[in-house]
Amino acid sequence: MALRFEILGRFNRARAAQLTLPHFVCQTPLFMPVGTQGTIKGLATNQLEEIGCQIILGNTYHLALRPTSELIDELGGLHQFMNWPRALLTDSGGFQMVSLLHLADITEKGVTFQSPVDGKPMLLTPEESIQIQNRIGADIIMALDDVVKTTITGPRIEEAMYHTLRWIDRCIAAHERPHEQNLFGIVQGGLDPVLRDICVRGLVDRNLPGYAIGGLAGGESKDSFWRVVAQCTAALPEDKPRYVMGVGYPLDIVVCSALGADMYDCVYPTRTARFGTALVPEGVLKLKHNAMADDTRPIDPTCACMVCRTYSRAYIHCLVTKDAMGSQLLSYHNLYYMMKLSRDLHTSIIEGRFPEFVCNFLRIMFPKGDVPEWVCNAMEVAGIDISSCCSPFSSSQD
Amino acid sequence: MKFAVKAWSNGSARAGVVQLGNFPHPIETPCLLLSTRKGLPFFISPDLLPSLPSPDSHLLQVCPLHFLEGLSPKTISNSGGLHQMLGLHDYGFAAVTRDSIQCLPEYNSTNKVGASFETPCGRLLIKPVEYMELISSMRPNIWATLADEVPTWVSDKRNRTSVDRTVRWLDDCIALSPAGGAVFGAIVGGSNVEERRRCAQEVAKRNVSGYWIGGFGLGESRDERPALLNTITDILPEEKPRLICGLGLPEEVLQGVASGIDLFDSVYIYHLTLGGFALTFPLNGVDENESDFQLSDNGSDRTKINLRATVYRKDASPIVEGCCCYTCQNHTKAYINHLLNVHEMLAQTLIEIHNTHHYLGFFRAIREAIKTGNFEQFHRQFIEGRRNCVAVAAMHA
Repeated sequence: MALRFEILGRFNRARAAQLTLPHFVCQTPLFMPVGTQGTIKGLATNQLEEIGCQIILGNTYHLALRPTSELIDELGGLHQFMNWPRALLTDSGGFQMVSLLHLADITEKGVTFQSPVDGKPMLLTPEESIQIQNRIGADIIMALDDVVKTTITGPRIEEAMYHTLRWIDRCIAAHERPHEQNLFGIVQGGLDPVLRDICVRGLVDRNLPGYAIGGLAGGESKDSFWRVVAQCTAALPEDKPRYVMGVGYPLDIVVCSALGADMYDCVYPTRTARFGTALVPEGVLKLKHNAMADDTRPIDPTCACMVCRTYSRAYIHCLVTKDAMGSQLLSYHNLYYMMKLSRDLHTSIIEGRFPEFVCNFLRIMFPKGDVPEWVCNAMEVAGIDISSCCSPFSSSQD
Repeated sequence: MKFAVKAWSNGSARAGVVQLGNFPHPIETPCLLLSTRKGLPFFISPDLLPSLPSPDSHLLQVCPLHFLEGLSPKTISNSGGLHQMLGLHDYGFAAVTRDSIQCLPEYNSTNKVGASFETPCGRLLIKPVEYMELISSMRPNIWATLADEVPTWVSDKRNRTSVDRTVRWLDDCIALSPAGGAVFGAIVGGSNVEERRRCAQEVAKRNVSGYWIGGFGLGESRDERPALLNTITDILPEEKPRLICGLGLPEEVLQGVASGIDLFDSVYIYHLTLGGFALTFPLNGVDENESDFQLSDNGSDRTKINLRATVYRKDASPIVEGCCCYTCQNHTKAYINHLLNVHEMLAQTLIEIHNTHHYLGFFRAIREAIKTGNFEQFHRQFIEGRRNCVAVAAMHA
C-alpha cells in the first residue's frame, strides 16, 4: 500500500477526503483528465498545474505501443518522461484493446488480439499488464479486468466477472512495486446486482489499496447506471478510495459523489473542447454556432480561468475547429471547469453545505425545474433533499 | 509609434528603437515580428507568451484577412480593437496583408478595384475601403497599406501595373486612415530595379510613418536581392522604419539588415515548427564543434535538428544545452520526439516556443554586432560558417 486515505468531512454517503499518493497529496472528490499518450491534448504541464489537476491518466495500451514501456522505464518513468510532478494513474490496457481492436478475444489466459503494428496474434495477460504498468511507474495502476458492455446480456457477464476475480490474484502476484504503486481492483458484473455483489466481496477480500467501479459509462440507461454505483459504494469499504471509471458529465459526477464515490476520469471535457463545445454551469455552450459570432461576453461570466477572463465567445468562435489555438483554449477552460467542480464538491462537503451546493448546481442546470427522474431517485437514496430545485409537476409518477 | 536610429555599422545596417504608445519599454531593432493567426501565436498559448524574451517578443504580426473567416469588423470594434479583444495590452500589433501561409496573393485575379487573395474561405477581392474598415476596427499600432504583390516572373507590364495600383491604394488608404496607428506605405516592384526605384520614390513623397516592403520572397534570387533592397533603402528617408515581408532564413535576414531594414515579418519559424525542426545554430556565429561535425541523413545540419529522427528517441537532453526557453528548461528531445510520433499538438507548442526564443536570440546578436560596429564581420562569418556545413555535407554526399 502506497497511499493514505483520510476522510475529512461527510454528508450522508458523500465524503471529502485527502488522498496521499507518492507524488502528490490530493483532495477528493476529484476528476482526472485523460492524457492518453503522455500529454493532455495541447496543454503544457505548467498549465495543468495552474488549472489544478491533481492526477492525470495515461493509457497503457497507447504508451506501450509508442514509445513503449521499456523506453519510458529507461528514461526514469512516465513522471520524468513528461515532466509531470503530480500524480499519475494508468489503466490496464484491456479496455482499449477491446474497444479499439478488431477481433480481440478474451480467454482465461488474458486478452488475445491482433497487433496493430503487424497483425500478429498477441496476448495481454494480467501479468503482462502489471509489468508494463510497473515500468511506466504511475502512482495508481489498474488490474486487468474483463470488461463487457452493459448492453450485453447473458452468461458472458458472469464469465467476465469471474475472470476479473481470478485475474486480480495474478495481478497481485505480478506486481513488483507495491510500495510505490497502488493496485486498484475493478468491480465488474454488468447490471446484475448479484454478480456485482460477488465481485465486490471477492475484491474486498484481497484488501487492495483502492477499488474502481468499472463496466459503466457504456450504453446503459442512467437509471441502471446510478443504481450500480449506489450498490457498489454501499458495499465497498469506507476507508478506501472509490473510482468510477469513465465518468464523465458534470451532472453524473455530482450524483456519484452524493452516493459516495471519490474519483472520476473521462475524455469528455477535452474531446468536446476539440469540437467547439464549452462546459458551463447551465450545461454546454456550442461555440461553433453562428449566434456566437458577435457575442462579446465571456464563455462563462462566473469562471475565473484565463480564457474566460480574457476572451469573448466571438473570438473563440472564430478559432474553434479551424485553429489549434481554439482547441487549446477550450480544453483549458473545460478542464478548469472540471477542477473547479472537484474543488467545490470537496469544500462544500467539508464546510457542511453539500446539499446547498447540489441544489444550486441543479437549479442553474435545470432552471425550469425539469431535473431528470434518475437524478431525483439517486438523490433520494443519497439522502439529499432537492425538492427546491424540482418544479412541482415534474416529479416521478411511479 | 516613435522610431529612432541609434547606431550604424559599416554602411546601411542600423540599430534603432521603436517606442509604442501602450508599452513602456523601447523595442530595439533590427527586430523580428512574431507570426500570429488571428492575433495569437499559432501554438504558443497566451500564458506562455510572457516566458519569451522581453521586450523583443512584444511585436506581433497580424493579418486582417484572417478575421474574414468569422469575426466581423463591427464585432472587433465592439470588442475594443485587437489589444482589448486579445487581452494583449502591452504588445504591439503590425497589420499586414500578407501572411504567406493561408492568405496568398492571387495576382491573376487582382484588378483595379481590389487585391485578390486565396483564403480558407475561398478567393476574396479586398478593396481599399473594406481593408480600411478592418484596420479601423482592429486599431493596430502599425498597419501597412493595401498592396498588389506580384511574383518576379510576371510580365513587365503587369509589374508596372502593380506599382501603379499599390501607389493609388496607398493614397486611398491614407484618405480613409483612422486616427491613431502608424501607417506604413507599401512598396512593390518585383525584381525590376527601375520599378522598385519608381515605387520607392512615389511612396517616399507621401506622409507615412514608415515603409512596408513587399514582393520579396516571391522568386527573386539571393544574388539579385541586395541590389533591389539597396535601390529602395537608398531612396527612403533614414529616420523612418522599414518593415519587410518574406525574408525569413537567417541569410536573408542578414541581407535585409545589411541594406537597412529594421523590422522583419517572416514565417520561417512556422515552417520549421510544422516540420518538427528545432533551431540549434550557435548564436555568436562561432561554432566550437565545427571540426567534429558529422553528417546525418535525417535532415539535420548544424543549424537545426529534426526532432522526428529516431536518433532522439531516448535523448534525455534539452534541444539546446543552456537555452533558457520554457521548452529546454522543462522537456527533453525524447519527449518531443514521442509527441511528434503520436501527433500530439503539444509538440508544436514546445517547438514553436524554442524556435522563437532562439531566433530572437539571433536578432539580439545582430543588434550587438551593429552597435559594436562589427556587423559586416558578423555577416561574413555567419555566411562562411553555413557554407562550411554545406561543403562538408557535399563531401559526404
